[in-house]
Amino acid sequence: MNHVKFDETLVIRNIEGKDSSDVLKLMAANLYQKGFVKESYADAVIAREKKFATGLPTQGCGVAIPHTDIEHVNQSAISVGILKEPVDFGIMGEETEKTPVTLIFMLAMHDSHSQLTMLQSLMGIFQDEEILLYLANEESEVKIKEEVSKRLNLNNVKGGE
Amino acid sequence: MSEVRKGKKTVLVACGTGIATSTVVSDAIEKMAKEHNIQVEIVQCKVTEVPAYESRASLLVTTTIVSKEYPFPIINARAFLTGIGLDKLKEQILEELKK
Repeated sequence: MNHVKFDETLVIRNIEGKDSSDVLKLMAANLYQKGFVKESYADAVIAREKKFATGLPTQGCGVAIPHTDIEHVNQSAISVGILKEPVDFGIMGEETEKTPVTLIFMLAMHDSHSQLTMLQSLMGIFQDEEILLYLANEESEVKIKEEVSKRLNLNNVKGGE
Repeated sequence: MSEVRKGKKTVLVACGTGIATSTVVSDAIEKMAKEHNIQVEIVQCKVTEVPAYESRASLLVTTTIVSKEYPFPIINARAFLTGIGLDKLKEQILEELKK
């Protein structure tokens, strides 16, 4: 059951929100609706983001990788959110510093320590300015899904199974 | 976790949940140690679990804020994720491992 679910219904474009919690709530609700996470996931991911921020000041555009403890997850999945306008996220490992974030990779992890290759590939995306800008500007959810799947080596699967 | 051998350094790798960023950082440090023939024991944990390893650790590498004081150096590992300043970070960790 180590498979990570990802499809175009987990790609959400044009997200608008007044702050990071707003955005996280919206993305978590989508994961919940598809049954990948428990109802508790949304509050847990928001609380964790406040305590341990996940914003990264990457080249091209800022990213965030919100996630939380495995007990809130039913099935490992990843959701990609693209914000209409950047929203400030705390920088990972910094006490107060913030960074404007455009791309959000919300991780719902069900097994600890088991997704090393996927996580490494994800960091590979973060270190590639060109791909970050492509994902931020591409208008087709399907194309975004294809590019991310290819990069993360995820098999395309139908959502909501 | 394997038993601690004498002379073998214990490196703690911590993040908020102990599942995502610390997984990537642990692997990177393991590879670095192997490349340089340095024996290390890497313990991946949540930052809240660090106190439990306080007596045996020689280094803490973390992606999150550490609000408590420890008797060992603490290195911020964000560069493993963003790639920005990665060479400097690796140098810093190697220096500690070689001590």
